[in-house]
Amino acid sequence: MKSKLFICLILIFYGIGTLKAQTTAVSGNVKNSAGEPLPGVTVLEKGTTNGLTTNVDGNFTIQVNPKSTLIFSFIGYNPIEEAINNRKTISVTLQESVVGLEEVVAIGYGSSKKGNLTGAVSNINSKDFNAGLISSPAQLINGKISGVQIMSASGSPTAGSTIRVRGGASLNASNDPLIVLDGVPLETGGISGNSNNFLSLINPNDIESITILKDASSTAIYGSRASNGVILISTKTGGKDFKVSFNTSNSVQTKTKLADMLSRQEFIDVITNEGSADQKALLGTETTDWNNEIYRSAFGTDNNLSVAGNIKKIPFRLALGYYNQNGILDTDNANRTTGNLSISPSFFNDYLKFNINVKGSMNQNKFADTRAIWGGATYNPTIGIYSSSNSFGGFNEAIDNTGTPVTAAVLNPVGLLNQHSSISNVNRIIGNFDVDYKMHFLPELKFHATLGYDYAQGEGTIAVPVEAAEFYTSGGRNYTYGPQEKSNKLLTSYFNYNKTIESINSTIDATLGYDYQFWKSATNAYDNLNVAGVSQSAVAAQDSRHALISYYGRLNYTLASRYMLTATIRRDGTSRFSEDNRWGMFPSVALAWRLSEESFLKDVDVLSNLKLRASYGITGQQEGIGDYNYMPVYTISQTGAEYMFGDTYYFTYRPSAYVSNLKWETTTAYNFGLDFGFFKDRLSGSLEYYTRQTKDLLARVPAAAGTNFDKIILTNVGNVDSKGFELSLNAIPIDNKDFTWELSFNATWQSQVIKNLSMVKGTAITNTLAGPTIDSYNFQVLTEGYAPYMFYVYHQLYDESGKPIEGAFADVNKDGQINSTDLYRYHSPTPDYILGFSTSLRYKNWNLSTSLRANIGNYVYNGMAMTTGAYNTMSYNSYQLNNLNRSYLSTGFQSRQYLSDYYVENASFLKMDNLSLGYNFGKINDAFSLNLSALVQNVFTITKYSGVDPEVPQGMDNSFYPRPRIYSLSLGIEF
Amino acid sequence: MKKLLNIILVSCLMLSVSCIDDLNQTPQLQTTSATVYATASNYKMVLAKLYALYVTAGQEKGGANADLSSNMGYDYMRCYFNMQEAGTDELASTWIEGDKIADLTYLTWDASDPWVADMYYRLFYTIAVCNEFLRNAADVNIAKFTETEQSDIRIFRAEARFLRAMAYYHAMDLYHNIPFVNENDPVGAYIPPRYTSKQIFGFIESELKDIEGTMLDKASCEYGRAPKAAAWSLLAKMYLNAEVYEAGNHYTDCVTYCKKVIDNGYSLEPEYAKLFNADNHLRTNEIILPLIVDADHVMSWGATTYLVCGEVSSTKDDSDYKPANYGVTNGWGMFRIRGEVPVLFTEGDTRSMFFKDGQTLKVDDVTNQLNGYLVTKWSNLTDVGEQASVTTSDGVDTDFPMFRLGDIYLMLAEAVVRGGTGATTEEALGYVNALRQRAFGDAFETSGKVSISDLTANFFLDERARELYWECSRRTDLIRFGKFTGDSYIWQWKGGLKDGTSVDSKYNIYPIPSSELSANPNLKNENY
Repeated sequence: MKSKLFICLILIFYGIGTLKAQTTAVSGNVKNSAGEPLPGVTVLEKGTTNGLTTNVDGNFTIQVNPKSTLIFSFIGYNPIEEAINNRKTISVTLQESVVGLEEVVAIGYGSSKKGNLTGAVSNINSKDFNAGLISSPAQLINGKISGVQIMSASGSPTAGSTIRVRGGASLNASNDPLIVLDGVPLETGGISGNSNNFLSLINPNDIESITILKDASSTAIYGSRASNGVILISTKTGGKDFKVSFNTSNSVQTKTKLADMLSRQEFIDVITNEGSADQKALLGTETTDWNNEIYRSAFGTDNNLSVAGNIKKIPFRLALGYYNQNGILDTDNANRTTGNLSISPSFFNDYLKFNINVKGSMNQNKFADTRAIWGGATYNPTIGIYSSSNSFGGFNEAIDNTGTPVTAAVLNPVGLLNQHSSISNVNRIIGNFDVDYKMHFLPELKFHATLGYDYAQGEGTIAVPVEAAEFYTSGGRNYTYGPQEKSNKLLTSYFNYNKTIESINSTIDATLGYDYQFWKSATNAYDNLNVAGVSQSAVAAQDSRHALISYYGRLNYTLASRYMLTATIRRDGTSRFSEDNRWGMFPSVALAWRLSEESFLKDVDVLSNLKLRASYGITGQQEGIGDYNYMPVYTISQTGAEYMFGDTYYFTYRPSAYVSNLKWETTTAYNFGLDFGFFKDRLSGSLEYYTRQTKDLLARVPAAAGTNFDKIILTNVGNVDSKGFELSLNAIPIDNKDFTWELSFNATWQSQVIKNLSMVKGTAITNTLAGPTIDSYNFQVLTEGYAPYMFYVYHQLYDESGKPIEGAFADVNKDGQINSTDLYRYHSPTPDYILGFSTSLRYKNWNLSTSLRANIGNYVYNGMAMTTGAYNTMSYNSYQLNNLNRSYLSTGFQSRQYLSDYYVENASFLKMDNLSLGYNFGKINDAFSLNLSALVQNVFTITKYSGVDPEVPQGMDNSFYPRPRIYSLSLGIEF
Repeated sequence: MKKLLNIILVSCLMLSVSCIDDLNQTPQLQTTSATVYATASNYKMVLAKLYALYVTAGQEKGGANADLSSNMGYDYMRCYFNMQEAGTDELASTWIEGDKIADLTYLTWDASDPWVADMYYRLFYTIAVCNEFLRNAADVNIAKFTETEQSDIRIFRAEARFLRAMAYYHAMDLYHNIPFVNENDPVGAYIPPRYTSKQIFGFIESELKDIEGTMLDKASCEYGRAPKAAAWSLLAKMYLNAEVYEAGNHYTDCVTYCKKVIDNGYSLEPEYAKLFNADNHLRTNEIILPLIVDADHVMSWGATTYLVCGEVSSTKDDSDYKPANYGVTNGWGMFRIRGEVPVLFTEGDTRSMFFKDGQTLKVDDVTNQLNGYLVTKWSNLTDVGEQASVTTSDGVDTDFPMFRLGDIYLMLAEAVVRGGTGATTEEALGYVNALRQRAFGDAFETSGKVSISDLTANFFLDERARELYWECSRRTDLIRFGKFTGDSYIWQWKGGLKDGTSVDSKYNIYPIPSSELSANPNLKNENY
């Protein structure tokens, strides 16, 4: 084996050494279809970096291997490959291409040429994906598409991302877009052991392209599931050529900005000057930088091997991936092994095609206890990590008058990381089997069926030793939760008729189909056991199922390749509503007009594409709610939640809140779009304007007390309107043999208003408190007439020196007293503008690229500054000191000012998401090619925001797991 | 191959027809009301929930799988204790900030107060769940069961109505004019009308009188369930305070129902402290209605766990003061008693259960655990002095006496002094002295005994504080005596000032929470 490898290496070097051998001169001329010579055309010897450009007369002379192939390419023209076959002169004519417009884009239950699209559809191919260490497919397109906002939940490798297409249409029902992987709509939500990052179980490296359907006309084919947009993911398949490729990325993550706490000396000064005698007595003499103890430089590796090609004319692709990423918080880790097999045989001259695709993934997470982040910020910097005794594992903990750890004390963060073990194992398999059959008797008619299955299983173990302070009085923990099983079965079948009728200059593309989908989620009951195996509490088993049945049709009609019409209709039935309300009808229609094909514009040379689009559609929503919310469900209690009559303990039955006439939330949307391209599409882009009205919101609102079995019920109530502008621009200012410069920019403006949120007319204006909480304080509110989730706070008053006055708030309603009627709505966490910019510069084989992203007008509540920024937070008990936020030095607050607008900060930001430098060695010899790149992710953030990160979930910065800066090196080899 | 295709085609078409049935999904593990009420034995399990509603907050241990979305997720009794005690002279809460209890403590709350809302929604949740039981326990629903089962369920039904009446009573006492909803109203899509406190009073009165005949006698009533005397106790309590609810003078009715209880075979527990320890389930002689808390089976972080662990300092380091002395693993340091109450006790009164060493009498700093005496009345010790449970994981084993004979004695005596008939003043004096004899023991004759001339109205306010402090009675008593608001009685921190100040009379009534005003247009707050 070893000797074979050695011979291989020798051959490779030999190959490099003999690269220039045996060449001959080939010359020729390149013209366009009008017979004019084309200067600046790239002429490249295929598979090499050997190339040049044509001169002003369109002539070239190149030294090449006489058995090789030449590639002629020029922006705005279709490239041509010519095998030399020992010829000395080769002249070619390049045909103008309608660049990009011939590209085929997935549109759901089929595909369409880009030029024929009538809706707002954005498509990103793998070559334009974000590079670097990508933990989840969503991150591939972050910042690349207007109207799409993607935010990772934290810096942990186990954290997921939220995706919002046009900000989401709902308030409380799901705002997550529908994700369809190779025709299989994916299970939403998470699973035990991977509740946050379910999508990460799909290897981003296997993805070929991602298409986002944004407007109602393009999403309506998904009917009830489409209100929040649809993301179509296509994975790579085998092709004609046999190809083996291997990519490896190795990275180091380092911590970035942390919460701004007092330095050790400042801490001592504050205690010395302001502390009580008891507090001074708690000052130690040691020096511990707790953050240095809990954070680390974290190594990560991502390796992918794929083999693609065909065996006996059956295309296949097999890919294996291994990803292992440490988190910067010590002990945090996620690893994932994926396998992906795709086989696509065809029969009867392609009349019958099969596609079999199986994706498997094994994921193991080690969840570091993120309470350590709090401890890292607040633990007393004057005491050591370890105490002098062996109790509590030797860790220095707060011990009370009984010799046991103080109730609700902050635990030693290093102890937490070392003693609290939480490990999960999650496996997922997604398979689909597609059949495409062109009818022998009528080839325009095609039948397609997909059988899909998405199955995942997750379980985990929590282990805390008996001596650890965390569960000291109850004997530690050692138990396994789960397994939870989630499955999703799909049958899709549709007929498609596609015919161009020359006589009337029309193309008809009609689809009629049926879908059946069934979901099941089940978890076993389990007990929280201590180390001795004694149950501490019991968690009930769960089993929840629902089904969705749909009929749909779509007609695409194109007249004279200028006028296009798309009409769709979908009828959905869900098991989540009662028989009377379960069926919903979701129609849409869209029109497009390609002005640039009209005779009066066809001759305008600078204009390569101009298209106007308009669409209207209604979509529905039933995600994000329970499976049985319309039924009077009773839940039996678990051990510890019984009641006693006489000597007998009885488990109890509890009714759950239900709304028997629950129905579809529906969204009516209009979209107006303009696509344009100039200079043979070297400058292209689109502009979108949309409005969206969502009614019968599936919202959680207070019910009239006494009328249902909860304070808050899920019911159809209220309306939300939203609107937005989206702009995207792509430009290629320079493109020649040595030098290419590409730019793309996108901008989004969006606004959302709650129109109505009360079940009964004539009631007082609803102020439903919402959003994240600290100490059960809510900071955000849903109010009619305002944007959702605005901060709901008091207006802080300041003294002459600009210092906030503790407890002094503005009497906003001027009634002479300061009470909750003086709370006012102050900004929201949603940005007004989202901007994305990326550019790449190629010089010969070097490639330099970067992408930047900005949010403007988003506000964040600096929870960490508030909740550690008052003197009283120095002591929560008599045995422990907590470090304070540096904001204390400027506020001097004695007690926490929870609802002060002082802590609501403008968190507009500009981030450089990545910066990469690559070198493409091209074909090293006949056998393989190589490229190398170095990359930095999360390069910098420019913001006025004072907390850890201006981009935090729900606008709440409280003990946020910082997003690391990532340095990585990637190597790609292709055989 | 074509055959295969045909099979696929046909099966797809077949599936599209047969799968429609899959849209009828029902819960697999949970059940629906139709299933629950199909079996007679399940009625008792629903009844158990109606009782549990007062002490636990969810279907899993310690309130997990919570009953309802609320601000803080606490149980009924934790809320009720704070509503009745936090603003009075009986309580100084340490965690003013974290527990958001400053406004209750200082009598400065408004319609957005989290405790005001949590109590309100707990009350009406309890009422709604009782209604749901009654809806399904009507004669027509239970006709299918055996005669014995039916008669059992009729008793359950009476108890459910009692539990609902008790929640309505608390709601009326706290909020006065409230929405009214009963089992004849539908679930959801219904806007309950506003009832005045007088209307609610009338409803409770007629309910309790209607069910007293069906409820069980003391002798045949299982521990934990409400006997007839519980309904009488509730009537007596409501009658004593009737004028506060604008329902007229009912002191004679109060006397009548107190006597019914007394004549039902209850007697005083000889040792006062044993009413509040982990073995207080043995005090069935005095405790008329216990709310059960059990470390293994009825585990609550509120109710008595809150009282027992809450009264124990989390910081005190004193050789005489150990959490273990009160049967707790460690103290929460939640509260102390304000200085005005300990001074009401005279020498020899064993009800004065305070730990004073190192503590100041006055509470100059509310959040300082060394200000105010520590109360030692509640405990998690068994009769033989052993710790009953590991409180850090399982809470306490102490039950809460919702009604006890001591309270009945004092209500009767006060009603007589206020002009109620049906018992003589001498009888009234006898009941008061019975309690004081228990309190003073051997010192009774010398320092405990009172005479008829001592029985002024104000005596009862003070005596009730001595007998019933920290038993959720103080606010109601102060209001009955006109001293909760205004300036006729000032205690430390009343109105938010260290030395106390007068407060507006609107604070006699808690406001309807603002979120409810937006859901029910029939409601309003007159003064908030």
